[in-house]
Amino acid sequence: MKKFEYGMAKNLAGAFEFLKESEAKIKAGGIDLLDLMKEGLESPTRLVNIRTVPELSFIKKDEKGNLHIGATTTLAEIAAHSEIQTRYRALAQAAKAVATPQIRNVATVGGNLCQRPRCWYFRSADFNCLRNGGDHCLADEGENKYHAIFGNQDGCVVVHPSGTAVALMALDAKLVIARKKESREIHIADFWVTPEDDVTRENILKHDEILTEIILPATEKSTTSYYFKQKEKQSFDWPIADVAVVLEMNGKKCTASKIVLGSAAPVPWRIEKAEQVLKDKQISVTLARQAAAAAMVDANPLSQNAYKVPVFSAVIYRTICWAAGIDPFAA
Amino acid sequence: MAKQVKLNVGIEDNLEEITLEIPESTPRPWDGQADLKYVSKRVPRVDGEAKTTGRAKYTFDIQLPGMLYGKFLRSQYPAAVIRKIDTSKAENYPGVKAIIPVQEKLPMIVRFAGQEILAVAAETRHQAEEAVKLIDVTYDVRKFVVNKEAAMEKSAPIVFDTNVEEKSAENKPGEESGSIEQKSNIRGPRVTPRDGTPDKVDAALAGSDATVEATFRTQVQTHSPMETHGVVAHWTAEDKLKCYASTQGVFHVRDELANTFSLPKSNVQVITKFMGGGFGAKLSMSIAGFMAAKLARKANRPVRLMLDRKEEHLCVGNRPDSVQTLRIGAKKDGKLTGIKLISYGTAGVGTGAGTSGPARNIYQYDEFYAEESDIFTNAGPGAAFRAPGHPQGAFALEQAIDELAHKLNIDPLEFRLLNTKHNDVRQVQLKIAAEKSNWKKRNPRPGADSGPIKRGIGIANSVWYYFYGQNFQVSTRVFSDGSVQVTNGVQDIGTGITTVIASVAAEELGLKPSDIVVSIGDSEYGFGPSSGGSVTTGGISPAVRDSAYLAKMRMFEIAAPLLETTPENLVAADGKIFLKTDPAKNLSWNDVAKKIPGDNFITIGERKQDYFQPKIRTIHGVHVIEVAVDTETGVVKPERVFAVHDCGRSMNLLTTESQINGGIIQGLSYALYEDRLLDRNTGIMVNPNFEYYKIAGSMDIPEIKSVILNVSYGHNSTGAIGIGEPATVATAGALANAIYNAIGVRLRELPMTPDKVLRALEMRKGAES
Ligand SMILES: Cc1cc2nc3c(=O)[nH]c(=O)nc-3n(C[C@H](O)[C@H](O)[C@H](O)COP(=O)(O)OP(=O)(O)OC[C@H]3O[C@@H](n4cnc5c(N)ncnc54)[C@H](O)[C@@H]3O)c2cc1C
Repeated sequence: MKKFEYGMAKNLAGAFEFLKESEAKIKAGGIDLLDLMKEGLESPTRLVNIRTVPELSFIKKDEKGNLHIGATTTLAEIAAHSEIQTRYRALAQAAKAVATPQIRNVATVGGNLCQRPRCWYFRSADFNCLRNGGDHCLADEGENKYHAIFGNQDGCVVVHPSGTAVALMALDAKLVIARKKESREIHIADFWVTPEDDVTRENILKHDEILTEIILPATEKSTTSYYFKQKEKQSFDWPIADVAVVLEMNGKKCTASKIVLGSAAPVPWRIEKAEQVLKDKQISVTLARQAAAAAMVDANPLSQNAYKVPVFSAVIYRTICWAAGIDPFAA
Repeated sequence: MAKQVKLNVGIEDNLEEITLEIPESTPRPWDGQADLKYVSKRVPRVDGEAKTTGRAKYTFDIQLPGMLYGKFLRSQYPAAVIRKIDTSKAENYPGVKAIIPVQEKLPMIVRFAGQEILAVAAETRHQAEEAVKLIDVTYDVRKFVVNKEAAMEKSAPIVFDTNVEEKSAENKPGEESGSIEQKSNIRGPRVTPRDGTPDKVDAALAGSDATVEATFRTQVQTHSPMETHGVVAHWTAEDKLKCYASTQGVFHVRDELANTFSLPKSNVQVITKFMGGGFGAKLSMSIAGFMAAKLARKANRPVRLMLDRKEEHLCVGNRPDSVQTLRIGAKKDGKLTGIKLISYGTAGVGTGAGTSGPARNIYQYDEFYAEESDIFTNAGPGAAFRAPGHPQGAFALEQAIDELAHKLNIDPLEFRLLNTKHNDVRQVQLKIAAEKSNWKKRNPRPGADSGPIKRGIGIANSVWYYFYGQNFQVSTRVFSDGSVQVTNGVQDIGTGITTVIASVAAEELGLKPSDIVVSIGDSEYGFGPSSGGSVTTGGISPAVRDSAYLAKMRMFEIAAPLLETTPENLVAADGKIFLKTDPAKNLSWNDVAKKIPGDNFITIGERKQDYFQPKIRTIHGVHVIEVAVDTETGVVKPERVFAVHDCGRSMNLLTTESQINGGIIQGLSYALYEDRLLDRNTGIMVNPNFEYYKIAGSMDIPEIKSVILNVSYGHNSTGAIGIGEPATVATAGALANAIYNAIGVRLRELPMTPDKVLRALEMRKGAES
């Protein structure tokens, strides 16, 4: 690890002040960043701790019923929040499914969204991966068991790592991005950068920008959601497939839906083909299976990850059923 | 002088009387009727509190004044010749005190990615790490091969151009030494002369009513102990070396250091007070020990050289992989006719990929033949790993046995009973498994459950061997204040020998285990075993008891005149020494101790050869595993394990149970998750961590219930036999059989991950349509 300065920001203005230096980097929980620094893959000259900024840690509702979550709110706080559990169940489930209790107590939602991919070639200084400046993707023709089955034809085949991103996409969240005194609001779908656009980054943030909050739109009683993470192990493990489903229900009928996959593509991957299948239909196990099949039509597995296609199919139909409150295993 | 004793020996309560002649200086062996207070009971670890509070100091925790930190530079290429090493930049880096190449003269041949090139010692860990990065190595990069099938091809790059001799730090059964043929990357086949011939086994198989032929594959598993390899080396004088080592064999490491540095044994001390697991990979000093001592000598400061997790995965051992083709046959009545095994595997640049133990040693058959080969690849060396060769072998054999039973329409458990009639212990174990597990409730028809999640139950046998070692010396010292110290050099690798020593001594002396101070883990104490081959408890406990017995006799001699009797009328129990016939006539242990002349006395118990060889020299086990398989995601979830094991007389039911639990957990982790993955294009390991080198965590561990059978032979004073290795042998095979029972498809390849489960189901679907 290289030497660096460490600053504890007392407020947002102070954080921006620290960020003036071009090699400065924000540290929230530090779970992701410190790993990368130890491996020598990130070498900021200055670290700015934003966990000491009180105005970034909150969960509150505005008068229109939107829910605002500060960027340094921990995953544990989100998982335990009763309103999130009831109105934005998928998010609470996604936060709860991340890593281990120790990590969830430290990791922030902002850091979770901005964490870098877990591809074993990218994460190791032993390799010169495309994302780290190498000349080709090592996973594409290498060991790619845990890699992308969608969006994997633009040179890099990593999967998007954040579980909360999957839920937030399905829940139509907005992100607030601040730079000094300015700030802007974007839809989370516009936050991600694909390998095709720029293989060296995963989101649009500039080095002196801070993600300050996440806004969840007010929901109707008729909205229901569910997130499920399929792991190989039961103890902490990255997903082989994860999916968030949001359903707008009118009685028994589904009027609209959002289905988003994690661990499938370099960015959270929305599957409109599957959403179409559900539109204006009554959800049943059979219909959910049809939607899952539609979701996988465009899958393009690599040499070692074809198994992810049936795994996703299973996880998608089950999650649709759970979101709709029906038992996917009912005979 | 010898004395005659009558003993009641056998399995559990099924006992027969034998008469035995034993030395006068030893106690009557504990037999099947022994009524004991601590031994064979549930005694909590005497060092449990020290470990859970962090007070226990492991090698990793040793800090010495002036200590430097060592760090290896490792090859980034799997095959290369090093022509030049330029250390000038590193030498000038702040804090650097010594740089020593592993090989003095260049060129140096590199045979795997991660191979040690040189080591640096610096004031801080960070300085050592940074200095290593400043070293310029000129590599002449060569072609490499990490895939063993590719390594067997004629055109493959050659890993070794000279013959490789096997060096084994652990007893391995059925391995007759002698030179083995080596052609390009293939070393073997090794054939064991006492086995039959291919013709004979083929004839036996041809005469069978049913045969099974199948090929099984297992992966490379790394040992992954909690504490990594490493040492702190300290030259306390120019010719005196003291070494704190995370090792399974303090005496072995002492010898290696003495040899390497041409020191008398008396001048080398190796200390292992607490040890965070080794599983076979820490039987020898490892290059870390050797280099730390060299750096320490050069820098004239103590040097700590502990590996990190990545290095631990890469360089210090693993369970070799295997490809095993088995042919087995049986007659209609279920009697096995023959077993033929062709096996090869790679231990990387090491040897020892054999797998024939289970096939050779569990069942009765007419003919047996095995060919086993090691394939060299450009990968880190294998090392002895908890029952070397056996989990692999049992995974293949126990599935083939299962398959044959199905072919013959015989219940798989019944089939195992039929073919192990020669072994009373196994017969009892299988019957217990049939009665007490849920075996009888399993699917009569594999894959019969409706719905995507299917449940099944499978069974498998385990085998290991009774080894113990000799000439270990345990001393018991009784002080005049009544305190007692029991001493031997043996290390506790986490299995609980400390508690066993305390319990055995306490039992004999009529004291409590907490009254005994156990001093171990130091090569300056009496000779003790290396902890490999499951020898520790069987090796040490008789000497502990014998020395405590002699100490008790000394105490009786002191007490007898005070109690106006003769020593043979006395007994010791509950902290008192009293008359057998009149317990009211007693003295407290401490009051007798006050009369010890001088300050203390010492008695020595020595591990001699057993009084006789037990009739059954194998150690057994049966695992019955219940599993749920999600046929849509391929995820396998073990739900319950029922295990029956034997280890002679268990010295402590709690720690024995821990070994069984640990063996099963490690076995499940091997069966389902662990897999060392080398990048096929660069030969570099892609998962040298615990993130993608997946290991079972607490949530992955099912309910485990174990039955520990008491088997007494009377072959020495305690009757203890090992359990560490046998506990892990059966698990993967039993789980595979359970999966078959659940889904009706056999998984012949480890680890049984979702991709393999789904592929197997897919292939069956293809075959059906
Ligand atoms: C063993 C293990 C298992 C894991 N399993 C999972 C899992 O299953 N699912 C999952 O989703 N994650 C998992 N993770 C990843 C973990 O959740 C993330 O590393 C963590 O959430 C990052 O949050 P942090 O606050 O520590 O971020 P940091 O490490 O502090 O920051 C991460 C990155 O985001 C930037 N950043 C942080 N906050 C902001 C902000 N407000 N504005 C702009 N930039 C910012 C930082 O500069 C840095 O580049 C796992 C991690 C480990 C170690």
